[in-house]
Amino acid sequence: MAHYFTIFFDSVFVDNIALTFFLGMCTFIAVSKKVDTAIMLGIAVVAVELITVPVNNVLYNVLLKEGALAWAGFPDLDLSFLGLITYIGVIAAIVQILEMVLDKYFPPLYNALGIFLPLITVNCAILGASLFMVERDYNFAESTVYGIGVGVGFGVAIALLAGIREKLVYSDIPKGLQGVGMTFIVVGLMAMSFQAFSGLQF
Amino acid sequence: MSKAKDALMDPLFNNNPIALQILGICSALAVTNKMSTALTMSIAVILVIACSNAAVSAIRNHIPNSVRIIVQMTIIATLVIIVDQMLKAYAYEMSKQLSVYVGLIITNCIVMGRAEAYAMKNPVYESLMDGIGNGLGYSLILLMVGFVRELFGSGSFFGLTILNPVNNGGWYVTNGLMLLAPSAFFLIGFIIWALRTWKPELQE
Repeated sequence: MAHYFTIFFDSVFVDNIALTFFLGMCTFIAVSKKVDTAIMLGIAVVAVELITVPVNNVLYNVLLKEGALAWAGFPDLDLSFLGLITYIGVIAAIVQILEMVLDKYFPPLYNALGIFLPLITVNCAILGASLFMVERDYNFAESTVYGIGVGVGFGVAIALLAGIREKLVYSDIPKGLQGVGMTFIVVGLMAMSFQAFSGLQF
Repeated sequence: MSKAKDALMDPLFNNNPIALQILGICSALAVTNKMSTALTMSIAVILVIACSNAAVSAIRNHIPNSVRIIVQMTIIATLVIIVDQMLKAYAYEMSKQLSVYVGLIITNCIVMGRAEAYAMKNPVYESLMDGIGNGLGYSLILLMVGFVRELFGSGSFFGLTILNPVNNGGWYVTNGLMLLAPSAFFLIGFIIWALRTWKPELQE
């Protein structure tokens, strides 16, 4: 149990996908103007990560890994070079399915998340999580926990940034630095404070 | 001809993809703590974006509108796999250092954005130039950040020692912050500030 807790805690705080790995930055900067929308996006990311990381884990272990196709009579086949195109296909398909399911069964949630779901397909945080899962050789249970952790980490980071940006409206910033420039510097300061978590050991 | 030249030169300063359109920062920042990784990443991105723009533009009249995103995605993913395999074959050490960030060129918004916004509407030659221009605009910022981070973080340039660090018997106390993630954000923030002070019409 402690092992899974460590994976979760690491992916939320120590290895926060947005603030230490710089993934999902485009969305991170673009959709962090209001706290409400930021939290909505966070929820959508958690949902998509929770499904895509384990699914990609299964695909990698059953089809792509070296020797994984031994059950089909190809013990020497190594298809891992097809990984990238497989993962992005899976992500695009799952986002599409999730959109249709939400539209059919949970219309209020669909209306709230509406525009964010298609955006998520090209969010590097989603593909990045799948690639890190392969690189670190997680098994199915670990990859599920990791998926949730990454999603929550992204959600926490974007909600915090949105909170700061709402307050920033009232401050007197030099003309050239207003808007995006200042946001980068705020994100830098947040990343610094998140690095303090790396001192925690379990 | 002048349109192609505009397409090549415009993204360098007037419409820089990173500093002004805020695209493609995602995978860019993590590889800038050394010049060598920043340069490799830049070359990879220029290759992918130029080829994908040319390919999308060449078949733009045959792509049905409803499936265009998937078609673009497949072209880009194929190109990225080629680049990734080339790096693994000829520069294995480098591909280990870049880890997942080469794969993440697929979701780099610049590539997708230029295919969607430019290559779908313009002929092959202009699209190729636009791709190279945007790739160069991206590389410019990447190399600037990489230069500052390597010089002040480890006192070197492409691995050659310039400022002799203290732990090597020299005089320069290395700035550890420059090797960590936050410094990249500060540097990009300052670059945007400088660019917008130089060209006030770009301010928000």
